Amino acid sequence: MENIRNFSIIAHIDHGKSTLADRLIQFTGVCNERNFQDQMLDNMDIERERGITIKSNAISLPYRAKDGKDYILNLIDTPGHVDFSYEVSRSLASCEGVLLLIDAAQGVQAQTLANLYLAMEHNLEIIPIINKIDLPSADIDRVLEEMDSELGLDPDTHIKCSAKEGIGIEEILDAIIERIPPPAGDSSNPLAALIFDAHYDSFRGTIIHCRIFEGTVKNGDIIRFMHNNATYKVEEVGHFLLTRTKREKLSAGDVGYIIAGVKTVADVRTGDTITNHDRPCISPLPGFKEVKPVVFASIYPIASDDYQDLADSLEKYKLNDASFIYEKDSSAALGQGFRCGFLGLLHLDIVQERLEREYDLSIILSVPSVRYRFTLKDGKVIYVDNPTHYPDPAEIEKGEEPYIRAAMMLPERYLGTVMKLCMEKRGVNSNLSYTGPGRAELSYEMPLAEVIFDFYDRFKSVTQGYGSFDYDIIDYRESNLVLMDILVNGEKVDALSQIIHRDRARSRGLLACERLKDEIPRQMFKIAIQGAIGGEIIARSTISAFRKDVTAKCYGGDISRKRKLLEKQKAGKKRMKMIGSVSIPQSAFLAVLKSDND
Amino acid sequence: MKNKPAGLYIHVPFCLSKCAYCSFYSSSSLHLIDEFTKSIPREMAFYKNIFPSFDTIYIGGGTPSLLSVAQVHDILLAIHFNFQIHLQAEITMEVNPGDASQDYLQQLRALGINRINIGIQSFDDTLLKFLGRRHSARSALAAVEAARAAGFENLGMDFIYGVSGQTMDSWKQTLKTAVDLCAEHLSCYQLSLDKKTPLHQRYLTEGLSLLTEDQALDYFLTTSQVLTDAGYTHYEVSNFARTDSLKSRHNMKYWCHTPYLGLGPAAHTFLDHQRWWNKSSVEAYLKSIAGEMKPQEGFEKLSLEQLRLEAWFLGMRTKDGIDLAQFKTSYGCDLLTDKKPIIDELIRNRLVELTERHLHPTLAGMAVADSLALI
Repeated sequence: MENIRNFSIIAHIDHGKSTLADRLIQFTGVCNERNFQDQMLDNMDIERERGITIKSNAISLPYRAKDGKDYILNLIDTPGHVDFSYEVSRSLASCEGVLLLIDAAQGVQAQTLANLYLAMEHNLEIIPIINKIDLPSADIDRVLEEMDSELGLDPDTHIKCSAKEGIGIEEILDAIIERIPPPAGDSSNPLAALIFDAHYDSFRGTIIHCRIFEGTVKNGDIIRFMHNNATYKVEEVGHFLLTRTKREKLSAGDVGYIIAGVKTVADVRTGDTITNHDRPCISPLPGFKEVKPVVFASIYPIASDDYQDLADSLEKYKLNDASFIYEKDSSAALGQGFRCGFLGLLHLDIVQERLEREYDLSIILSVPSVRYRFTLKDGKVIYVDNPTHYPDPAEIEKGEEPYIRAAMMLPERYLGTVMKLCMEKRGVNSNLSYTGPGRAELSYEMPLAEVIFDFYDRFKSVTQGYGSFDYDIIDYRESNLVLMDILVNGEKVDALSQIIHRDRARSRGLLACERLKDEIPRQMFKIAIQGAIGGEIIARSTISAFRKDVTAKCYGGDISRKRKLLEKQKAGKKRMKMIGSVSIPQSAFLAVLKSDND
Repeated sequence: MKNKPAGLYIHVPFCLSKCAYCSFYSSSSLHLIDEFTKSIPREMAFYKNIFPSFDTIYIGGGTPSLLSVAQVHDILLAIHFNFQIHLQAEITMEVNPGDASQDYLQQLRALGINRINIGIQSFDDTLLKFLGRRHSARSALAAVEAARAAGFENLGMDFIYGVSGQTMDSWKQTLKTAVDLCAEHLSCYQLSLDKKTPLHQRYLTEGLSLLTEDQALDYFLTTSQVLTDAGYTHYEVSNFARTDSLKSRHNMKYWCHTPYLGLGPAAHTFLDHQRWWNKSSVEAYLKSIAGEMKPQEGFEKLSLEQLRLEAWFLGMRTKDGIDLAQFKTSYGCDLLTDKKPIIDELIRNRLVELTERHLHPTLAGMAVADSLALI
């Protein structure tokens, strides 16, 4: 155990996390030049393109230090978005230390601070690294001063590096060994392993990523998940090198994987404790939380023939995403589909994009919703996350919506605009404190529905990226809710319906009508778009018709050419959904939610 | 479909010079005309058994009036030799105003050509010059006069509108002149610019603009109004006939999926579910024929769905529209059931109309035929 170090890299976006990870991987020689590609730990195209990490990931780096001893350095990569903050906390719980990366030109930024707080919560050793020192605009003195004044870290502890140029890498590796404590724990104790992630392998089933805190696990052991007492027989354990590498056993302090015939990742809960069935530990490791979806939306195939393909793809997708849930659903306007639950809108975006990209499906998402609670006149209490199931208004005694407590950290200069934003989002019970000179911590209680839609984007935009934001769901509160429908040429499009606070209905209705007007292309006839509550029209817009398009002549040789053009155009229209007589593009369904401040 | 008499098209791909707006293949190697004239009959031999008879013949181009009377004679003779031609056949030839001397036209008439289509384009000299045409308004008028004097009773005229510098008044004047000349048939095309053409380049460099949507609609509706007021039938997006019997019978075949045989470079043929087309270069065409080979360049076999799509978009360009029962028999699609919501909406918006047997576009519908095609 003395020669194991478990660490993570934390940083503000674009401060060079992936590049540093790449350099550490290269320097320790776990991967040769031929196998190397940038952003080694971001396996998915979508991660590379968006420059964000969605799934946690781990890699074991064998390293011979200056003292001549061999070490195993386990680097655990963490996701970087509020939708996945629980996964981040479990990854950090698996480490003893972190590299806190700061851009030498940009200095301390919002997420630098937020991530530092997270690391401190887990009592981790912190090694400050000043990256990008090769930049002409690097201002190391200023960064050192900020480290002292804003982060409260001893500036003498820092290491200078340029991950891009490969400067300072060895120093970092040595500091990891010297400064991050080796894991504690005892291999002879009963097994206690923390699950920080899982992924699905089509040959082996679920691969559990875990950190062993106590005890040992090996091939043939019967293990038990402590939250549901499910037992499995271990088939293989090992380390993550560039690929999975089998080991005889994993012992206290190790980071690695367990394969145990677990069918889907949904059977595994991040944050759960694995113990030995025959010799269990007394209590699970702390911090387990069942992650529940908070945003719900329906997915429909654009072509109804694709329903079975969609069903198959969701089943496959679900194998690898435990936070995603779905069940059958149907819409009067869009036909057969599925109601799905997500951790947040980014998660929803990612699922949509992966279904389209990896499974080649054209899908439509209904307007996302949170889960509302209604008490009916007969005393029955029901939860509704699908506007289609909105109860008869005459039967409703009371409507309630979920509230969250938002915790925000931001430079003082943005307080005014952020408070305005929070109040606009129906925020109440604010609380303000100062964590350091010029640094404010602000909390608000807000309806979840207001937060999931565009709050995070607008918060980031008004704080110019300097604010950090996290939230917890606290309770349900009474709210004056209504169901707003959208009618396109008189036909109700149920996938566009929203459950909404009455005071919001008119402005959101207008916004939806305007958005749809922008998104739906002009057609041969006039299209009326209306927002309605019950029979009352509260908003409307009109798309005028175009009236002339044909110019070309069409004789013998023109017909094939014309037909081929039409076939191409028709293929393009496949991304449109015909509702009644109107073709509505896929983009329109999500556009209704975008705020006008974008 | 099969038992309807087929049409024969002969493509004469030669031009003295190319018009500024034209993006079609043409050749100015006039020395090849003679060999071309001799090759056409040899191409006929390939098809004499699968196309036994025709009731329309159309000699188009290019500029067919570059052919001498003797050359036209040889071609027609070969046609009669290889195929059965109906007694009442419509036999059309396209003629350039500059080539239309009374003597030439008289001899064509004597050969059995009974319909002349003259590419007049405009009766406004400024526009003719702008379009890169070699003739003047005066020579166009003279050509019409000569055709009448030569005994042609079925005269078609082609026009272009929406040209930069044209006004609505000048366009109406052109139409009025055509009506006064008692044209049996008019084709009025809205100018569209192909990227390959010199005219497109000129629009770019001189910052000229095409018609706006509203202007284009105005021209389209005015054209229709002026000509229907004068007694013409607006029977296809761009085509008008003085009486129903004066519609271009040959062109109707294209729009009704009736079989047609195309001979000459770049010509297209349609038969049953097949379409094929000839090599578009004159040289390549002549080489194939010299080598006893069919000069085909491409071939496609149309699926039922492709045929249905063609029948639909072609139908939506013609006044008669689609015969619903026949559409169902031929293409296995009951439009009123399968496309009910959209067709109801189109009817409600007066873009199409339903008569007892037919679904046909209204005038407003014809104006957006490209979009109707996409439903």
